[in-house]
Amino acid sequence: MSKLYSRSHEWIEEVEEGKVRLGLTDFAQEQLGDIVYINLPEVGDTFEAEDVLGDIESIKAVSDIICPIAGTVAEVNEDLLDAPEGINEAADETWLVVLENVDDMDDLLTEEEYQEFCETEE
Amino acid sequence: MKHTPLHEEHLRLSAKMVDYAGYDMPVQYPNGTIKEHLAVRQQVGIFDCSHMGEIRFTGPGAAAFLDYILTNVMSTLAVGRIRYGVMCQEDGGAIDDLIVYRLAQEDYLVVVNASNREKDLAWMEKQVDEWNGPAVQVQDRSDDYALIAIQGPKTKEVMAKVGNPESYPKKYYSFTEDVLVADRPVLLSRTGYTGEFGYEIYCKPEDASHIWQTLLEQGKEEGIEACGLGARDTLRLEAGMPLYGHELSEEILPSEIGLDFAIKLDREAFIGQDALRQKPRRKRIGLKVDGRGIMREGHEVKEDGKVIGQTTSGTMSPLTKDAIAMALVAVDAPLTGTLTVDVRGRELKVNEVELPFYKK
Repeated sequence: MSKLYSRSHEWIEEVEEGKVRLGLTDFAQEQLGDIVYINLPEVGDTFEAEDVLGDIESIKAVSDIICPIAGTVAEVNEDLLDAPEGINEAADETWLVVLENVDDMDDLLTEEEYQEFCETEE
Repeated sequence: MKHTPLHEEHLRLSAKMVDYAGYDMPVQYPNGTIKEHLAVRQQVGIFDCSHMGEIRFTGPGAAAFLDYILTNVMSTLAVGRIRYGVMCQEDGGAIDDLIVYRLAQEDYLVVVNASNREKDLAWMEKQVDEWNGPAVQVQDRSDDYALIAIQGPKTKEVMAKVGNPESYPKKYYSFTEDVLVADRPVLLSRTGYTGEFGYEIYCKPEDASHIWQTLLEQGKEEGIEACGLGARDTLRLEAGMPLYGHELSEEILPSEIGLDFAIKLDREAFIGQDALRQKPRRKRIGLKVDGRGIMREGHEVKEDGKVIGQTTSGTMSPLTKDAIAMALVAVDAPLTGTLTVDVRGRELKVNEVELPFYKK
Protein backbone atom coordinates (compact mmCIF):
# COMPACT_ATOMS: atom_id res chain seq x y z
CA MET A 1 0.00 0.00 0.00
CA SER A 2 1.37 3.38 -0.87
CA LYS A 3 1.18 6.22 1.61
CA LEU A 4 -2.02 8.11 2.25
CA TYR A 5 -2.17 11.67 3.51
CA SER A 6 -4.31 13.92 5.67
CA ARG A 7 -5.23 17.57 5.29
CA SER A 8 -3.44 18.18 8.58
CA HIS A 9 -0.20 17.02 6.93
CA GLU A 10 0.30 13.56 8.40
CA TRP A 11 1.16 10.51 6.30
CA ILE A 12 -0.19 7.01 6.99
CA GLU A 13 1.52 3.82 5.81
CA GLU A 14 0.10 0.34 6.28
CA VAL A 15 2.30 -2.10 8.23
CA GLU A 16 -0.22 -4.93 8.07
CA GLU A 17 -4.03 -5.26 8.10
CA GLY A 18 -5.44 -2.72 10.58
CA LYS A 19 -2.01 -1.45 11.65
CA VAL A 20 -0.34 1.69 10.30
CA ARG A 21 2.65 3.94 10.84
CA LEU A 22 2.05 7.69 11.13
CA GLY A 23 4.47 10.51 10.39
CA LEU A 24 4.53 14.15 9.35
CA THR A 25 4.96 15.19 5.76
CA ASP A 26 7.84 17.11 4.30
CA PHE A 27 5.44 20.00 3.71
CA ALA A 28 4.69 20.09 7.45
CA GLN A 29 8.34 20.14 8.53
CA GLU A 30 9.07 22.83 5.94
CA GLN A 31 6.27 24.98 7.37
CA LEU A 32 7.34 24.38 10.96
CA GLY A 33 11.00 25.29 10.57
CA ASP A 34 13.59 23.94 13.02
CA ILE A 35 11.82 21.40 15.21
CA VAL A 36 13.03 21.52 18.81
CA TYR A 37 10.51 19.50 20.80
CA ILE A 38 7.86 16.84 20.38
CA ASN A 39 5.18 15.44 22.68
CA LEU A 40 3.98 11.96 21.77
CA PRO A 41 1.18 9.85 23.29
CA GLU A 42 1.61 6.68 25.33
CA VAL A 43 1.17 3.10 24.17
CA GLY A 44 -2.47 2.20 24.72
CA ASP A 45 -3.88 5.70 24.15
CA THR A 46 -6.95 5.62 21.90
CA PHE A 47 -7.96 8.30 19.46
CA GLU A 48 -10.95 9.17 17.33
CA ALA A 49 -10.40 10.66 13.88
CA GLU A 50 -9.33 14.33 14.13
CA ASP A 51 -8.27 14.03 17.80
CA VAL A 52 -5.07 15.74 18.89
CA LEU A 53 -2.39 13.05 19.15
CA GLY A 54 0.45 15.20 20.44
CA ASP A 55 2.23 18.42 19.72
CA ILE A 56 5.34 19.54 18.00
CA GLU A 57 7.32 22.67 18.61
CA SER A 58 9.54 24.73 16.43
CA ILE A 59 11.66 27.63 17.67
CA LYS A 60 8.75 29.99 17.20
CA ALA A 61 5.58 28.06 17.87
CA VAL A 62 3.65 24.98 18.91
CA SER A 63 1.50 22.95 16.51
CA ASP A 64 -0.90 20.11 17.19
CA ILE A 65 -0.31 16.71 15.63
CA ILE A 66 -3.67 15.36 14.54
CA CYS A 67 -4.63 11.72 14.41
CA PRO A 68 -6.48 11.62 11.09
CA ILE A 69 -8.06 8.21 11.65
CA ALA A 70 -9.38 6.30 14.67
CA GLY A 71 -6.96 3.87 16.30
CA THR A 72 -4.93 2.81 19.35
CA VAL A 73 -1.25 3.54 19.88
CA ALA A 74 0.77 0.31 19.64
CA GLU A 75 4.27 1.78 19.45
CA VAL A 76 5.89 5.18 20.01
CA ASN A 77 9.12 6.34 18.42
CA GLU A 78 10.90 7.14 21.68
CA ASP A 79 14.14 8.14 19.93
CA LEU A 80 12.38 11.17 18.52
CA LEU A 81 11.77 12.59 21.98
CA ASP A 82 15.44 13.45 22.35
CA ALA A 83 16.12 14.20 18.70
CA PRO A 84 12.98 15.66 17.11
CA GLU A 85 15.08 17.40 14.46
CA GLY A 86 15.11 14.00 12.72
CA ILE A 87 11.74 15.05 11.32
CA ASN A 88 13.31 18.05 9.59
CA GLU A 89 15.97 15.80 8.11
CA ALA A 90 13.74 13.00 6.76
CA ALA A 91 10.07 13.65 7.40
CA ASP A 92 8.83 11.01 4.96
CA GLU A 93 10.90 8.29 6.61
CA THR A 94 10.45 9.29 10.25
CA TRP A 95 7.52 7.59 11.96
CA LEU A 96 6.00 9.02 15.12
CA VAL A 97 3.63 6.26 16.24
CA VAL A 98 2.25 2.93 15.10
CA LEU A 99 -1.54 2.72 15.38
CA GLU A 100 -3.55 -0.49 15.50
CA ASN A 101 -7.30 -1.26 15.30
CA VAL A 102 -7.55 1.37 12.61
CA ASP A 103 -10.50 1.15 10.30
CA ASP A 104 -11.78 3.97 8.20
CA MET A 105 -9.13 5.41 5.92
CA ASP A 106 -11.62 6.64 3.34
CA ASP A 107 -11.12 10.32 4.12
CA LEU A 108 -7.40 10.21 3.52
CA LEU A 109 -5.86 11.62 0.35
CA THR A 110 -3.70 9.93 -2.26
CA GLU A 111 -0.27 11.41 -2.91
CA GLU A 112 -1.61 13.26 -5.95
CA GLU A 113 -4.60 14.65 -4.07
CA TYR A 114 -2.31 15.72 -1.23
CA GLN A 115 0.09 17.54 -3.59
CA GLU A 116 -2.86 19.43 -5.05
CA PHE A 117 -4.08 20.24 -1.56
CA CYS A 118 -0.65 21.62 -0.60
CA GLU A 119 -0.61 23.84 -3.63
CA THR A 120 -3.80 25.51 -2.45
CA GLU A 121 -2.34 25.94 1.05
CA GLU A 122 0.68 27.83 -0.22
CA MET B 1 1.60 44.87 3.12
CA LYS B 2 4.53 47.30 3.08
CA HIS B 3 8.00 46.44 1.85
CA THR B 4 11.37 47.54 3.21
CA PRO B 5 14.04 48.63 0.70
CA LEU B 6 15.59 45.15 1.13
CA HIS B 7 12.46 43.17 0.23
CA GLU B 8 13.87 41.93 -3.09
CA GLU B 9 17.01 40.68 -1.30
CA HIS B 10 14.93 38.52 1.04
CA LEU B 11 13.00 37.01 -1.84
CA ARG B 12 16.23 36.41 -3.72
CA LEU B 13 17.55 34.47 -0.72
CA SER B 14 14.30 32.46 -0.56
CA ALA B 15 13.41 33.74 2.90
CA LYS B 16 10.21 32.57 4.55
CA MET B 17 8.22 35.80 4.80
CA VAL B 18 5.69 36.90 7.40
CA ASP B 19 3.57 39.98 8.14
CA TYR B 20 5.22 41.92 10.94
CA ALA B 21 3.86 45.35 11.88
CA GLY B 22 2.35 45.64 8.42
CA TYR B 23 5.63 44.82 6.65
CA ASP B 24 6.42 41.69 4.64
CA MET B 25 9.48 40.58 6.62
CA PRO B 26 11.82 37.54 6.62
CA VAL B 27 11.24 35.31 9.63
CA GLN B 28 14.03 32.98 8.54
CA TYR B 29 16.19 32.12 5.54
CA PRO B 30 16.63 28.55 4.24
CA ASN B 31 19.29 27.60 6.81
CA GLY B 32 16.77 28.17 9.59
CA THR B 33 16.57 30.14 12.81
CA ILE B 34 18.86 27.88 14.83
CA LYS B 35 21.74 28.21 12.34
CA GLU B 36 21.17 31.96 12.10
CA HIS B 37 21.24 32.33 15.89
CA LEU B 38 24.47 30.32 16.14
CA ALA B 39 26.01 32.34 13.30
CA VAL B 40 25.51 35.54 15.28
CA ARG B 41 26.96 34.02 18.45
CA GLN B 42 29.95 32.43 16.69
CA GLN B 43 30.58 34.37 13.48
CA VAL B 44 28.50 37.28 12.15
CA GLY B 45 24.97 37.90 10.94
CA ILE B 46 23.05 40.73 9.29
CA PHE B 47 19.44 41.78 9.86
CA ASP B 48 17.04 44.01 7.96
CA CYS B 49 15.60 46.38 10.59
CA SER B 50 14.29 48.95 8.11
CA HIS B 51 10.73 48.54 9.30
CA MET B 52 11.62 50.35 12.53
CA GLY B 53 10.58 53.99 12.93
CA GLU B 54 12.87 57.01 12.99
CA ILE B 55 11.41 60.25 14.35
CA ARG B 56 13.30 63.53 14.27
CA PHE B 57 13.02 66.24 16.96
CA THR B 58 14.48 69.67 16.32
CA GLY B 59 14.38 73.13 17.85
CA PRO B 60 15.55 74.91 21.00
CA GLY B 61 12.96 72.98 23.03
CA ALA B 62 13.80 69.50 21.70
CA ALA B 63 16.04 68.51 24.64
CA ALA B 64 13.62 69.60 27.36
CA PHE B 65 10.70 68.10 25.45
CA LEU B 66 12.34 64.68 25.25
CA ASP B 67 13.19 64.91 28.96
CA TYR B 68 9.47 65.48 29.53
CA ILE B 69 8.09 62.57 27.50
CA LEU B 70 10.74 60.00 28.38
CA THR B 71 11.87 58.30 31.59
CA ASN B 72 15.54 58.98 30.83
CA VAL B 73 17.26 62.35 30.50
CA MET B 74 18.22 63.30 26.94
CA SER B 75 19.28 66.90 27.57
CA THR B 76 22.53 65.62 29.07
CA LEU B 77 23.23 63.30 26.14
CA ALA B 78 26.38 64.42 24.29
CA VAL B 79 26.30 64.90 20.52
CA GLY B 80 27.38 61.61 18.97
CA ARG B 81 25.98 59.55 21.82
CA ILE B 82 22.93 57.33 22.22
CA ARG B 83 20.67 56.60 25.16
CA TYR B 84 17.89 54.08 25.82
CA GLY B 85 14.61 55.31 27.30
CA VAL B 86 10.96 54.48 27.78
CA MET B 87 7.99 56.63 26.80
CA CYS B 88 5.21 56.27 29.38
CA GLN B 89 1.65 57.30 30.03
CA GLU B 90 0.65 59.20 33.18
CA ASP B 91 0.00 55.91 34.98
CA GLY B 92 3.53 54.72 34.18
CA GLY B 93 2.43 52.13 31.62
CA ALA B 94 4.89 51.94 28.72
CA ILE B 95 3.91 53.31 25.32
CA ASP B 96 7.21 52.15 23.77
CA ASP B 97 10.89 51.63 24.54
CA LEU B 98 13.29 53.38 22.20
CA ILE B 99 16.76 54.75 21.70
CA VAL B 100 17.70 58.38 21.15
CA TYR B 101 20.59 59.69 19.05
CA ARG B 102 21.78 63.24 19.62
CA LEU B 103 22.72 64.50 16.15
CA ALA B 104 23.35 68.12 17.22
CA GLN B 105 22.57 70.52 20.04
CA GLU B 106 18.96 70.91 18.85
CA ASP B 107 18.60 67.79 16.76
CA TYR B 108 17.61 64.31 17.97
CA LEU B 109 16.73 61.09 16.18
CA VAL B 110 14.44 58.74 18.11
CA VAL B 111 14.31 55.13 16.92
CA VAL B 112 11.12 53.26 17.83
CA ASN B 113 9.66 49.77 17.48
CA ALA B 114 8.06 49.09 14.11
CA SER B 115 4.88 47.84 15.79
CA ASN B 116 4.42 51.11 17.68
CA ARG B 117 5.47 53.67 15.11
CA GLU B 118 2.04 55.13 14.39
CA LYS B 119 0.98 55.06 18.02
CA ASP B 120 4.24 56.72 19.11
CA LEU B 121 3.98 59.44 16.49
CA ALA B 122 0.38 60.25 17.46
CA TRP B 123 1.35 60.53 21.12
CA MET B 124 4.44 62.64 20.37
CA GLU B 125 2.46 65.00 18.11
CA LYS B 126 -0.19 65.38 20.78
CA GLN B 127 2.43 66.22 23.39
CA VAL B 128 4.12 68.72 21.07
CA ASP B 129 0.73 70.40 20.57
CA GLU B 130 0.24 70.76 24.31
CA TRP B 131 3.87 71.75 25.00
CA ASN B 132 4.34 75.20 26.50
CA GLY B 133 8.14 75.29 26.46
CA PRO B 134 10.58 76.51 23.81
CA ALA B 135 9.79 75.49 20.23
CA VAL B 136 10.11 71.86 19.20
CA GLN B 137 9.28 70.25 15.86
CA VAL B 138 8.56 66.55 15.36
CA GLN B 139 8.93 64.83 12.01
CA ASP B 140 8.47 61.21 10.98
CA ARG B 141 11.61 60.38 8.99
CA SER B 142 11.13 56.60 8.90
CA ASP B 143 10.92 56.38 5.12
CA ASP B 144 14.23 58.25 4.78
CA TYR B 145 16.20 55.46 6.37
CA ALA B 146 16.95 51.81 5.72
CA LEU B 147 18.55 49.99 8.64
CA ILE B 148 20.91 47.01 8.55
CA ALA B 149 22.27 45.51 11.78
CA ILE B 150 25.55 43.57 11.67
CA GLN B 151 26.21 41.57 14.82
CA GLY B 152 28.65 38.91 16.01
CA PRO B 153 32.28 38.34 17.04
CA LYS B 154 33.51 38.55 13.41
CA THR B 155 31.85 41.91 12.77
CA LYS B 156 35.13 43.84 12.90
CA GLU B 157 36.76 41.63 10.26
CA VAL B 158 33.88 42.12 7.82
CA MET B 159 33.52 45.85 8.51
CA ALA B 160 37.27 46.30 7.91
CA LYS B 161 36.72 45.10 4.34
CA VAL B 162 33.85 47.48 3.56
CA GLY B 163 35.17 50.75 4.97
CA ASN B 164 37.82 52.45 7.06
CA PRO B 165 37.73 51.25 10.70
CA GLU B 166 39.38 54.52 11.78
CA SER B 167 36.16 56.29 10.82
CA TYR B 168 33.92 53.94 12.82
CA PRO B 169 32.47 54.91 16.25
CA LYS B 170 34.71 53.59 19.03
CA LYS B 171 32.48 53.47 22.06
CA TYR B 172 29.41 51.41 22.78
CA TYR B 173 26.25 53.53 22.36
CA SER B 174 28.01 56.13 20.25
CA PHE B 175 27.60 56.89 16.55
CA THR B 176 29.26 58.69 13.66
CA GLU B 177 27.51 60.29 10.69
CA ASP B 178 28.71 60.30 7.07
CA VAL B 179 30.82 57.19 7.42
CA LEU B 180 31.46 55.34 4.15
CA VAL B 181 30.36 51.71 4.19
CA ALA B 182 30.56 49.94 0.82
CA ASP B 183 31.28 53.43 -0.57
CA ARG B 184 27.91 54.78 0.57
CA PRO B 185 27.47 57.43 3.29
CA VAL B 186 25.78 56.06 6.41
CA LEU B 187 25.14 56.84 10.05
CA LEU B 188 26.99 54.07 11.86
CA SER B 189 26.19 53.29 15.49
CA ARG B 190 27.64 50.86 17.98
CA THR B 191 24.34 49.44 19.08
CA GLY B 192 22.46 46.19 18.72
CA TYR B 193 19.81 43.86 20.05
CA THR B 194 21.72 40.60 20.31
CA GLY B 195 24.23 40.86 23.15
CA GLU B 196 27.13 40.61 20.67
CA PHE B 197 29.57 43.22 19.37
CA GLY B 198 28.07 44.93 16.34
CA TYR B 199 26.89 47.99 14.49
CA GLU B 200 23.65 49.32 13.15
CA ILE B 201 23.91 50.92 9.72
CA TYR B 202 21.42 53.68 8.87
CA CYS B 203 21.57 54.35 5.14
CA LYS B 204 19.55 55.85 2.31
CA PRO B 205 16.86 53.42 1.10
CA GLU B 206 18.41 53.38 -2.39
CA ASP B 207 21.79 52.29 -0.96
CA ALA B 208 20.45 49.45 1.18
CA SER B 209 20.64 46.65 -1.40
CA HIS B 210 24.20 47.48 -2.36
CA ILE B 211 25.35 47.56 1.26
CA TRP B 212 23.49 44.33 2.08
CA GLN B 213 24.93 42.49 -0.92
CA THR B 214 28.44 43.80 -0.23
CA LEU B 215 28.32 42.62 3.38
CA LEU B 216 27.15 39.16 2.34
CA GLU B 217 29.86 38.98 -0.31
CA GLN B 218 32.72 40.33 1.83
CA GLY B 219 31.61 38.33 4.85
CA LYS B 220 31.68 34.91 3.11
CA GLU B 221 35.09 34.09 4.57
CA GLU B 222 33.84 34.88 8.06
CA GLY B 223 30.73 32.76 7.59
CA ILE B 224 28.23 35.64 7.43
CA GLU B 225 24.53 34.70 7.52
CA ALA B 226 21.43 36.71 6.69
CA CYS B 227 19.20 36.48 9.79
CA GLY B 228 15.44 36.87 10.14
CA LEU B 229 13.00 37.92 12.83
CA GLY B 230 13.03 34.43 14.34
CA ALA B 231 16.71 34.68 15.22
CA ARG B 232 16.31 38.32 16.22
CA ASP B 233 13.87 37.17 18.88
CA THR B 234 15.84 34.18 20.20
CA LEU B 235 19.00 36.29 20.39
CA ARG B 236 17.47 39.18 22.33
CA LEU B 237 15.65 36.77 24.65
CA GLU B 238 18.85 34.89 25.42
CA ALA B 239 20.53 38.25 26.07
CA GLY B 240 17.74 39.12 28.51
CA MET B 241 16.52 42.12 26.52
CA PRO B 242 12.89 43.20 26.77
CA LEU B 243 10.60 43.22 23.74
CA TYR B 244 7.63 45.57 23.69
CA GLY B 245 4.45 43.57 23.65
CA HIS B 246 6.05 40.97 25.92
CA GLU B 247 8.14 42.41 28.79
CA LEU B 248 6.70 45.89 28.25
CA SER B 249 3.21 47.09 27.43
CA GLU B 250 0.75 49.77 28.45
CA GLU B 251 -0.06 47.56 31.44
CA ILE B 252 3.58 47.17 32.49
CA LEU B 253 5.71 49.89 34.08
CA PRO B 254 9.43 50.01 33.21
CA SER B 255 10.12 49.99 36.96
CA GLU B 256 8.56 46.53 37.10
CA ILE B 257 11.05 44.95 34.73
CA GLY B 258 14.35 46.22 36.07
CA LEU B 259 14.84 49.24 33.81
CA ASP B 260 15.84 51.52 36.69
CA PHE B 261 19.02 52.45 34.82
CA ALA B 262 16.81 54.20 32.24
CA ILE B 263 14.51 55.93 34.76
CA LYS B 264 15.78 59.19 36.23
CA LEU B 265 13.30 60.22 38.91
CA ASP B 266 14.91 63.20 40.68
CA ARG B 267 14.36 65.97 38.22
CA GLU B 268 11.67 68.22 36.76
CA ALA B 269 8.32 66.69 36.00
CA PHE B 270 8.07 64.11 33.26
CA ILE B 271 5.10 62.02 32.15
CA GLY B 272 4.71 59.01 34.44
CA GLN B 273 7.05 60.31 37.16
CA ASP B 274 4.66 59.90 40.10
CA ALA B 275 3.68 56.38 39.08
CA LEU B 276 7.32 55.38 38.63
CA ARG B 277 8.16 56.73 42.09
CA GLN B 278 5.93 54.07 43.67
CA LYS B 279 7.39 50.73 44.73
CA PRO B 280 6.86 48.33 41.82
CA ARG B 281 4.37 45.54 42.42
CA ARG B 282 6.05 43.06 40.10
CA LYS B 283 9.54 41.98 39.10
CA ARG B 284 11.09 40.32 36.03
CA ILE B 285 12.87 37.01 36.47
CA GLY B 286 14.59 34.43 34.29
CA LEU B 287 13.44 30.80 34.31
CA LYS B 288 14.89 27.58 32.98
CA VAL B 289 13.05 24.26 32.65
CA ASP B 290 14.38 21.37 34.70
CA GLY B 291 13.62 18.41 32.42
CA ARG B 292 11.56 18.25 29.22
CA GLY B 293 9.36 20.92 27.80
CA ILE B 294 9.45 24.41 26.34
CA MET B 295 7.89 27.53 27.83
CA ARG B 296 6.38 30.28 25.71
CA GLU B 297 4.71 33.54 26.67
CA GLY B 298 1.49 33.65 28.66
CA HIS B 299 1.99 30.60 30.90
CA GLU B 300 1.18 30.83 34.60
CA VAL B 301 4.15 30.71 36.97
CA LYS B 302 3.53 29.07 40.35
CA GLU B 303 5.46 28.87 43.59
CA ASP B 304 4.42 25.91 45.75
CA GLY B 305 1.26 25.62 43.68
CA LYS B 306 0.23 29.26 44.04
CA VAL B 307 0.13 31.50 40.96
CA ILE B 308 2.70 34.29 41.28
CA GLY B 309 2.79 35.60 37.71
CA GLN B 310 3.13 34.81 34.01
CA THR B 311 5.83 34.15 31.46
CA THR B 312 6.33 37.01 28.99
CA SER B 313 8.65 35.37 26.44
CA GLY B 314 10.06 31.87 26.04
CA THR B 315 11.96 29.64 23.66
CA MET B 316 14.53 26.90 23.43
CA SER B 317 17.98 28.46 23.33
CA PRO B 318 19.68 27.37 20.11
CA LEU B 319 23.01 27.81 21.89
CA THR B 320 22.55 25.87 25.11
CA LYS B 321 19.42 23.85 24.21
CA ASP B 322 17.87 25.04 27.50
CA ALA B 323 14.20 25.98 27.58
CA ILE B 324 14.36 29.55 28.88
CA ALA B 325 11.76 32.20 29.61
CA MET B 326 11.37 35.63 31.15
CA ALA B 327 8.47 36.11 33.52
CA LEU B 328 6.75 38.90 35.39
CA VAL B 329 5.90 37.85 38.95
CA ALA B 330 4.75 39.41 42.23
CA VAL B 331 7.57 41.52 43.67
CA ASP B 332 7.33 39.82 47.06
CA ALA B 333 7.38 36.23 45.79
CA PRO B 334 10.32 34.70 47.70
CA LEU B 335 11.23 32.31 44.84
CA THR B 336 12.72 29.85 47.34
CA GLY B 337 9.87 27.35 47.01
CA THR B 338 9.12 24.89 44.20
CA LEU B 339 8.62 26.80 40.98
CA THR B 340 6.49 25.42 38.16
CA VAL B 341 5.12 26.76 34.91
CA ASP B 342 1.79 25.53 33.51
CA VAL B 343 2.40 24.74 29.86
CA ARG B 344 -0.86 23.73 28.19
CA GLY B 345 -2.02 21.77 31.23
CA ARG B 346 1.36 20.25 32.19
CA GLU B 347 3.24 21.62 35.22
CA LEU B 348 6.89 21.92 34.23
CA LYS B 349 9.43 22.16 37.00
CA VAL B 350 11.57 25.28 36.58
CA ASN B 351 14.42 27.05 38.31
CA GLU B 352 15.03 30.75 38.59
CA VAL B 353 18.16 31.85 36.76
CA GLU B 354 19.85 35.22 36.70
CA LEU B 355 19.33 37.46 33.70
CA PRO B 356 20.78 37.65 31.17
CA PHE B 357 20.84 33.98 30.18
CA TYR B 358 23.83 34.76 27.97
CA LYS B 359 26.55 37.35 28.32
CA LYS B 360 29.59 37.91 26.15
